[in-house]
Amino acid sequence: MTTVSPPITVPDIQAGRLSAEHYPLRFADATPRLSPSQALLESERCLYCFDAPCATACPTSIDVPSFIKRIGDGNLRGAARTILESNPLGGMCARVCPTENLCEAVCVRNTQEDRPVAIGRLQRYAVDALMQSEQPQIFTRAAPTGKRVAVVGAGPAGLACAHGLARLGHDVVVLDARAKPGGLNEYGLASYKTPDGFAQAEIRWLLGVGGIEIRNGWKLESVAQLEALRQEYAAVFLGMGLSSTASLGVPGESLAGVQDAVNFIAALRQCEDLSTLPVGRRVIVIGGGMTAVDAAVQSKLLGASVVHLVYRRGPEQMSASRAEQEWAQTNGVVLHHWLAPCEIVASSGAPGHAGGVRFAQQALVDGVLKPCGREITWEADMVLKAIGQQLGNPVLAQAGLALKDGRIATDAQGATNISGVWAGGDCRAGGLDLTVEAVEHGKRSALAIHAQLLGAR
Amino acid sequence: MANLQTTFAGVSSPNPFWLASAPPTDKAYNVNRAFEAGWGGVVWKTLGEAGPPVVNVNGPRYGALLSADRRLMGFNNIELITDRDLEINLREIAEVKRLWPDRALVVSIMVPCVESSWKAILPRVEDSGADAIELNFGCPHGMSERGMGAAVGQVPEYIQMVTQWCKLYTRLPVIVKLTPNITDIRHPARAARAGGADAVSLINTINSIMGVDPYTLTMSPSVGNKGSHGGYCGPAVKPIALNMVAEIARDPQTAGIPISGIGGIGTWRDAVDYLALGAGNVQVCTAAMVYGFKIVQEMADGLSSYMDEMGFDSVAQIVGKATPTVSDWRYLNLNHISKAVINQDACIQCGRCHIACEDTSHQAITFEKDGKRHFEVKEDECVGCNLCVNVCPVPDCISMRSLAPGEVDLRTRQPVVAGHADWTSHPNNPQRSAA
Repeated sequence: MTTVSPPITVPDIQAGRLSAEHYPLRFADATPRLSPSQALLESERCLYCFDAPCATACPTSIDVPSFIKRIGDGNLRGAARTILESNPLGGMCARVCPTENLCEAVCVRNTQEDRPVAIGRLQRYAVDALMQSEQPQIFTRAAPTGKRVAVVGAGPAGLACAHGLARLGHDVVVLDARAKPGGLNEYGLASYKTPDGFAQAEIRWLLGVGGIEIRNGWKLESVAQLEALRQEYAAVFLGMGLSSTASLGVPGESLAGVQDAVNFIAALRQCEDLSTLPVGRRVIVIGGGMTAVDAAVQSKLLGASVVHLVYRRGPEQMSASRAEQEWAQTNGVVLHHWLAPCEIVASSGAPGHAGGVRFAQQALVDGVLKPCGREITWEADMVLKAIGQQLGNPVLAQAGLALKDGRIATDAQGATNISGVWAGGDCRAGGLDLTVEAVEHGKRSALAIHAQLLGAR
Repeated sequence: MANLQTTFAGVSSPNPFWLASAPPTDKAYNVNRAFEAGWGGVVWKTLGEAGPPVVNVNGPRYGALLSADRRLMGFNNIELITDRDLEINLREIAEVKRLWPDRALVVSIMVPCVESSWKAILPRVEDSGADAIELNFGCPHGMSERGMGAAVGQVPEYIQMVTQWCKLYTRLPVIVKLTPNITDIRHPARAARAGGADAVSLINTINSIMGVDPYTLTMSPSVGNKGSHGGYCGPAVKPIALNMVAEIARDPQTAGIPISGIGGIGTWRDAVDYLALGAGNVQVCTAAMVYGFKIVQEMADGLSSYMDEMGFDSVAQIVGKATPTVSDWRYLNLNHISKAVINQDACIQCGRCHIACEDTSHQAITFEKDGKRHFEVKEDECVGCNLCVNVCPVPDCISMRSLAPGEVDLRTRQPVVAGHADWTSHPNNPQRSAA
C-alpha cells in the first residue's frame, strides 16, 4: 500500500520551522574563539618570516608576525595594539575577512605542511582579549586641532576614517541613515560570523577613543545637504556604501516571495527571535558572491529543506572564495553553475507569488557568456537576488562627483574631484568590496585629510 | 635486535640505560616498576647517615623550562637525598636485588666528609647485595650547604680523600659522581682517578634559578615567598655534559676511566652522543620523570635499531668512537672551506636565513630575484658559519658544501689548498711554531 501526496502548489513560506532550541545552536559562532592553549600552539607555528608575505597580502598591512609573536609571548595587549594600529576594525576583519584569499593564502606553512597559520583566528583571539579586558582602550587622542570633519556612513570605511581622524585630534561627526551604526557589519554579513552583538561592541570600543559623534537617521537626499556639510565641516568623507541591488531584468521579478538577499540578511541580523523569521521551504539564491552564500546558508539554517545557489558562470569566477563555497556545501546548500535566470515563474496555486525559476544553461562562446539552448525550471517558495549592489544614490552625481563604473572616482587616498570631499569603501570605484579594504580606504583618507587640514592651518 | 648487554665498571646490565640516583629511585615500589619496564640498572637515591633522615620542603621541589607547547627543555629540583630511614632503604635494596639479579643495582651515598662516617655506612651497603656504590659529590643544593655533595666535588683533594676511604672500606666498585659546578672538569676527574675510583659519572645538576614570577616579582620556583637555587638538568644541559664527558675521555690523565654519561638523555640519539664521546653507559632521570618508565623501551629499541643499521654487535663498539674527533680549536683545519647551499625545491621562502645572515652575520643570502622572493647564498660573502642551517625551519633544506681542493673560494678569490694548516703555524699567530 502506498499513498501519494498531492504536489504542493501553494507557496510555503513560514517561520518557526525548527524547534526553539535549534536556533541558538545553528546560529552560534561558526568559528569559535581559540582557547588559550590553541592560541599558544597555533602562534608557535608562525615562523616570523622576513618581509612576511601575510603582512604584504593584508590590505591594511597588519604586521602579522609581530602580533602572533606577541600572542606566543603572553603579551596579548601588545598583539592587539599591533593589529589595531593598522586596522581599527581588526576584530571584525578577523571574523569576516576571506583570509584564505589574503594573508593565509600566502603563509609559507602552506608550502611546508599544506596548512597555513590560522592568522584570522589568532587575530580575533588577541583583539577579543583586549576588548574584554579591564582597560580596553589603547589609543589616546592627539591634542585637539579644532577641526571638524563629517563622515557620511557609519560602515567600516566611515568608522575607520572617523577613528583615524579622532586619534589625530580632529572632531568627527558620523552621519548614518540607519537606526544603528555599523553598516554592513551590523546589517550585512552572516550572523554566525559575528554573533553576540560584536558589531556594536566594536563600535563602542572605537568610540572610546573620544571625539567621535554618531548621528543616526541622517540620509543624504539632496545636493544642498552635501553643500551644507562642505560649508560646516573642514572636510567630508563619503562612506555610504551601496544602496540598491542590481535587478535580474527578467519577468516575474516583482512577484511576492522575491527579495534582495541583502534585505533578507539585514532582517535576519536585526531579528531578536529567529523563530519568528519566515523562510521558504524551497529557496533559490541567485548570485555568486559572499552575500549569496550568506543568504543561502542562513536560509538552510532557518530550516529551508532545499536551497539552491545558482550562478551563471563557473566556480572559479565566483567572488565567494573556495572556502565559502565549501562552507555552503557543508551546510547543505546545493551549488549550481552556468545557469542564468530567464524568468521567475508564478506559483500555480497563488498567481501573484513566485513558484519557481526558469534557468537557461550558459556556455562561454569566444569568451562571451551565451545561452546554449537547454533550460531547466526549479520550484521555489522564495527567491533571493544577490547579483551585486549599485551606488543607488542619485545625489552624488547631481552634486558633481565624478563617477567611474557607477561608483565614486577617487585618487589612491580617496580624494574625489570635489575639493574637500573624500570617499572610500564600497561606494568608491575600483575596489574589491571587502570589509578590510573599506577599512584601509578610511584609514588612508583620514591621513590624507589630516595632512590637508594641517597644511591649511 | 642487537645485543645491548653492557658491562660498566665490572657491573653488568642487560642494556646501558640506568636510572640515575634521583626521585624515581627512592624506594622499592618505583625501582621494581622501573625494572619491570626494562631499565638495565638503577642507582638508588642517595643514602645518608643512620639516624634521623633529612627533611624535604613540601612546597614546589621542581621547576621547568618549557617551550610554548610545553615540551620540557630544562628541569630543576631542590629535593635533597632520601628522606627515608637508612634501615628501610637498605632492606628494600636487598629485596629488590634478590628479585632482579640480572639488573645493575648501584647505591648512591652521601655522608659527612669524615672517615668514620664512610667507614660506618660502606659495609652496610655492601651487605645489601648492591653491585656498586656511587659517591654523590655533585648535589648542588641544600646538602652542599652542609659540607656534602657539590661542596666535596668542588675540592679535588676531598674527592681523592673520600674515594680512597671507599676503596679501603668496601670491595664494591666505586663510581664517583662529579659536579659540573666547577671551572675545569678534568681536575675533579683526575682526583677521582688518583683516589682509585673505578669509574666516574657525570654530570650532576647545575646551579640554577628557573625565573621570576613577573606579577609577584618572586623567584621561581619558590617555597612560600622564597626560593633557593636548584639543580638544573634535562635536554638543555646535554651539550654541557657532553663536553665534560669528552674532556675526561680525551685527557691523558683520565683517558680510559669508565664514564657513566648523565644529562638530558631522552632518546637513543642522546645515548649515542654520550657513548660515542666516551661514556660506557648512560643514566637517565628527567625523561623518566616526564614520560614514565616506559620511555626506556623507546630508547633501547632505537639504540638496537641503530646498531643493526650500523653493524655494531655490542654497545662497547660505539664507546669512544667520536672521541678522537674532539680537538682543540688550534688544531682545526683552516684550509677547509664550506659554503651554504639552499635547496630551492625544499625552500618555503620564510626568509629566516636571509634576515639572520643580513642582520647578524655576513650579508650572504639574497631576498629577491627578478622582483620575487628568492633566497640564495652569495658564495662571495658566505664564510660557512652554519647560522642559516640552524635557523631554517625545513629539515635538510640548507646544507653545507665542502669545497674541493683547487676550487676557488669566491669570497677570498683563492683556490682551496689541499692538506692541513691550522693556527699553530698560521702567519698571524704570534706564537706560531716554525713551519
